Amino acid sequence: MSTLDIFFQQLVNGLILGSFYSLVALGYSMVYGIIKLLNFAHGDVYMVGSFVGLILLGLLSPFLGAGWAGILVAMIISMILVGLLGVLIQRVAYVPMLSAPRLSILITALAVSMVLYNFVMASTSGEYKAFPVDLGYEGVEFGNVFITYTQIILVSSTAILMTVLHFFISRTMLGKAMRAIAIDQDACRLMGINVTSIIALTFFVGSALACAAGVMAGVYYGSIHFFMGFLIGLKAFTAAVIGGIGSIPGAVLGGLILGLLEAFGTQLPFIGSEWKDVFAFGILILLLLFKPTGLLGKTEIERM
Amino acid sequence: MLEKNKKKMTQVYAFLAFIVIAMPVVANNYVMNTFSDVFFYVVVCLGLNIVVGYAGLLDLGYAAFFAVGAYTTAILTSNFGMNFWLTIPFAILFSAVSGVIIGGPTLRLRSDYLAIVTLGFGEIVRITARNLKITGGSGGIFGIERPSFFGIEMNGNIHYYYAFLILAFLAIFISYRLQYSRLGRAWQYVREDEDAAEAMGINRVRVKLAAYVIGAVFGGVAGSFFAVKMTAISPETFMFTQSILILLGVVIGGMGKIPGVICGAFVLVLFPEIFRFVGDMRLLAFALIMLILMLKRPQGIWPERLG
Repeated sequence: MSTLDIFFQQLVNGLILGSFYSLVALGYSMVYGIIKLLNFAHGDVYMVGSFVGLILLGLLSPFLGAGWAGILVAMIISMILVGLLGVLIQRVAYVPMLSAPRLSILITALAVSMVLYNFVMASTSGEYKAFPVDLGYEGVEFGNVFITYTQIILVSSTAILMTVLHFFISRTMLGKAMRAIAIDQDACRLMGINVTSIIALTFFVGSALACAAGVMAGVYYGSIHFFMGFLIGLKAFTAAVIGGIGSIPGAVLGGLILGLLEAFGTQLPFIGSEWKDVFAFGILILLLLFKPTGLLGKTEIERM
Repeated sequence: MLEKNKKKMTQVYAFLAFIVIAMPVVANNYVMNTFSDVFFYVVVCLGLNIVVGYAGLLDLGYAAFFAVGAYTTAILTSNFGMNFWLTIPFAILFSAVSGVIIGGPTLRLRSDYLAIVTLGFGEIVRITARNLKITGGSGGIFGIERPSFFGIEMNGNIHYYYAFLILAFLAIFISYRLQYSRLGRAWQYVREDEDAAEAMGINRVRVKLAAYVIGAVFGGVAGSFFAVKMTAISPETFMFTQSILILLGVVIGGMGKIPGVICGAFVLVLFPEIFRFVGDMRLLAFALIMLILMLKRPQGIWPERLG
């Protein structure tokens, strides 16, 4: 393969990886934007989403087959279920803690994350589970670069989800309420916005998006594992920070940038793929030191 | 009344100290091994307590310091044939330096950013240990030589029982002295109100850095002893879950209070031992307990009393 071919192949890989990061990063960013909470459990919500998708696919495949129809239905149902899980987490764990010191709420979030992944670990005995899909390996070829239909469909579904989210946030009353709460909660309460339920809605949307990413990752990689949420949680947070935490376009941009950086980073001399996680965290640390507001974030007066 | 209480508490502590010192007379190997684990966790939890409890900085990568100490000792004894006792100063030096490296640039960050950055650093240390040749790659280092202490070969459980007991006593003593020192009060001030502390002339960055470095040294020394006790270390020993476990010990007992943290370390080791029959579910049970504890009693079992 020529250098140009490698470039395009890595571009495709990076876009896929980046779109997963973006979907998860959106949840971090939305929740952070509204209640300034770093939701440690978000990566595990993604993982749970993947497992819910797996179960639903198993239930639906006798009727819909192992193709895209089954995946679509399973994905939509699991997004709703996991969205509700997000609301449950918010109600049980975060609402009572909102006025507590920051350290306590961070540790609570950590505890939620542990509950989720230990639950999945105990119920799957810590094994890898194969995703029951059969999509074939057909695709299109551009010179030496080969792109499967699966890759094309996954990237375009991410794009569709993000477009829907964009219109939801910018055009609907509920989206407007979300944006308003991010600016001033007390004023919103005075204007008759039901702040609690809008926050719950934010958790619903964020968790549903993470779940979509989880199901897509299962479809793409073919097998899932209880520990998969940890690393992507960390990476998606990195992506959210790159884009500017709290900013929705920023989360998308950050996810894509991180995905591409990682894909191309593995091609650099001396940096093999075994260093790619170090590479990502290195970027996070450097970024927080020199530009903690990220690319699209607003400058806050508060000390970072 | 207070004086009387204090006297009573001293008697209780003396009694407890006597029990743990005299225990090997009656205990079997299993009990001694379990308790040397308990003392090990007392040391690392007290170390993390300085960072999280005293200075209020959430560190999610504490296992990194513990790894630095363990690897320093393992590499120096295995590759350079150095005496174990001579490696301890190096372990202290390297863990302190890594405390500065991790703490220095990140202490300006807000608490939640700090948490995620320390988490990232912890992973970087683990991945580096897995990828480098000198650290033995993913297999780690094994066959680490057991040290001798004035001619006594330290190869029995009883030796490590006492080694970790002495470390634990040292850690308790140092923590206690630090808590009531000028630095300890500065930590408390910074934790409660950073801006006010700075306005009062406390150098915020230096005080936080001190917490990081001292905490790191606790972890590093414990890591050195851990390496020779286990005789084998691998990168997977220092996974994220290890950092979380140590944090759990600090949080369960009550951040900032020494007896609370000691309690936490006991719970950490004894709970899984006692509830062996729960099997796979025990970590889940642990996580649920932590969640309920945070919601119902965020100050821990035995919290610090302010006043």
